[in-house]
Amino acid sequence: MIETIALRKAYAAPLTRRRAGSGDATRSGPVLALDGLDIAIQPGEFFGLLGPNGAGKTTTIGILTTRVRATSGQAFVAGVDVASHGELVRRRIGVVPQRPNPDRGLSVLENLLFHGAYFCLPRAFTAQRSGQLLEQLGISDKADAKVDELSGGQQQRLMIARALLHEPQVIFLDEPTVGLDPQARLSLWEILRTLHRDGRTIVMTTHYMEEADQLCGRLAIVDQGRLLACDTPAALKARAPGETLIDLQLDRPADGASDACRAVPGVSRVDVSDHDVRAYCMRGGEALPGLIKAVEAHGHTVRNINLAKPSLETLFIALTGRRLD
Amino acid sequence: MIDDTRVTASDVFVAMLARDLRVARREIGFTLVRTLMQPTLLMIVFGYLLPKMQMLPRAYVTTLLPGVLAVSLALSAVQSVALPMVASFGATREIEDRLLAPLATHLVALELVVVGVIQGIVAGLIVLPLGRVIMGTVPGLTLSSLGLTLGMMILSASAFSTLGLWLGCAVNVNQIGLMFSFIVAPMLFFGCTYYPWDGLHVVPWLQKAVLLNPLVYVSEGMRGVLTPGVPHMDPAVVAFALTGVTVIAWWFGLRAFYKRAVG
Ligand SMILES: Nc1ncnc2c1ncn2[C@@H]1O[C@H](COP(=O)(O)OP(=O)(O)OP(=O)(O)O)[C@@H](O)[C@H]1O
Ligand SMILES: [Mg+2]
Repeated sequence: MIETIALRKAYAAPLTRRRAGSGDATRSGPVLALDGLDIAIQPGEFFGLLGPNGAGKTTTIGILTTRVRATSGQAFVAGVDVASHGELVRRRIGVVPQRPNPDRGLSVLENLLFHGAYFCLPRAFTAQRSGQLLEQLGISDKADAKVDELSGGQQQRLMIARALLHEPQVIFLDEPTVGLDPQARLSLWEILRTLHRDGRTIVMTTHYMEEADQLCGRLAIVDQGRLLACDTPAALKARAPGETLIDLQLDRPADGASDACRAVPGVSRVDVSDHDVRAYCMRGGEALPGLIKAVEAHGHTVRNINLAKPSLETLFIALTGRRLD
Repeated sequence: MIDDTRVTASDVFVAMLARDLRVARREIGFTLVRTLMQPTLLMIVFGYLLPKMQMLPRAYVTTLLPGVLAVSLALSAVQSVALPMVASFGATREIEDRLLAPLATHLVALELVVVGVIQGIVAGLIVLPLGRVIMGTVPGLTLSSLGLTLGMMILSASAFSTLGLWLGCAVNVNQIGLMFSFIVAPMLFFGCTYYPWDGLHVVPWLQKAVLLNPLVYVSEGMRGVLTPGVPHMDPAVVAFALTGVTVIAWWFGLRAFYKRAVG
């Protein structure tokens, strides 16, 4: 029901001004935000998009919600082509943006009431549902406040209420829990689980592994506009190399030490980037002394050690070479 | 779940109109000061004090009133579209809610233009009696052709409201000040607001050059319907020119709007 086919998006490169004297206008190539993304999401799925900053998550959601035009490829939501029938798509979706964009000319409650009017809902229904959502999201005492008087997290809650007001079939949430306190995060999780049970389709981006693991039925890991993996959290975790990830931070760039680390018994894979050595091992405790010896033999000093359990996080790092913090 | 077949474009359009009118009503004090300060001061100095000092002939108020009306109407129409648009496409992105509403994007733009037209006409309708109060009797002023006056106001406000759409999409927040000193100020002074176009025959090249200024047609159009006794452009020519401005500004404005609205 939601499908992207070979979706590409190139943002025009910012024009850098012609330098006086040098004569040639420098123009860095266009930014390729999406590079042939194929995703298929079934009706009723709770789907997660995971990826480091700049991976193309917001761009993907932008295209699916008709707010960004794809450079090439196709995208369908509720079986409708987003490029040619944007208005039909917008009837069926609710969107929580990455950055809150409430209507500042209106009060909190008016934001919801007018939103209801844009979707041609009966007034009584809108009023009743607005009150209910404000209550659920814990901002009913702010109903008559100006939007500017809300804190960042309260604005985020308002965005969630607004996206759910017209009871959309498909709900897109772009990092909805960033900026929410733990309690609000849990109550959003509860709301999302209920919606999922009701059969709505939910597409959510997040940086929180725990959240993705707990909520999503399936996850897509995206990096540099490409799909790296797409499966259930359990299946993805099973794909994480080794049992434990040992992350050694050295005093200087770690190049040269990787072969020695690879030779340590029990180490299944080693990635080196800058000052970091990441080793995936079968049993962390056994491999650790060997690893430290190996890097010290190369004249390095270990500054810090991190151990991570096998998880989405270790898979993510294995796939993208980056941490998600 | 809500039945999505109940959504009709006209209902969504009206809801957005209601939103903008609600916000406009809330800001009415600020809006009145913004639109009325300049014409009031102008009319006090040029329409009341200077004629009273006999530094300007009494008949000058006949030239001034349609011009001041034209400025208020045009500025009000252009600002009420362009200023909020610059902000909502800039930092706040608050237009997003409407861009995500089930309405075709060009109708969202049209709604913004309609609000500008309404604000322009309201400004004109306030300035007219205000001028009469400040300047006393205006020789040659006829209010007999009220229908024609209203028609001319609608055409004028449409031209400047669509220009506001174009400007609001083409300009960034940090260019607003620049826009006013480079576009609006010359437009005002060469807009035949403080003198009739006919009088410009004393500088023939300038008389031709100002024809590029859309405000000229608003001023001359107002003269044609309010003070038909004094020299003025043929209202038919004015109507044609204002329609042309509207069509061109809508064409470019809509393209700019799409570019801003859909990334
Ligand atoms: N409007 C824009 N103009 C130019 N480049 C853009 C624009 N929006 C995004 N990009 C670029 O496209 C790439 C993908 O951005 P996107 O916002 O989709 O990433 P993201 O996965 O949502 O990241 P984050 O986790 O930081 O939100 C980035 O390299 C970004 O610089
Ligand atoms: Mg993002």
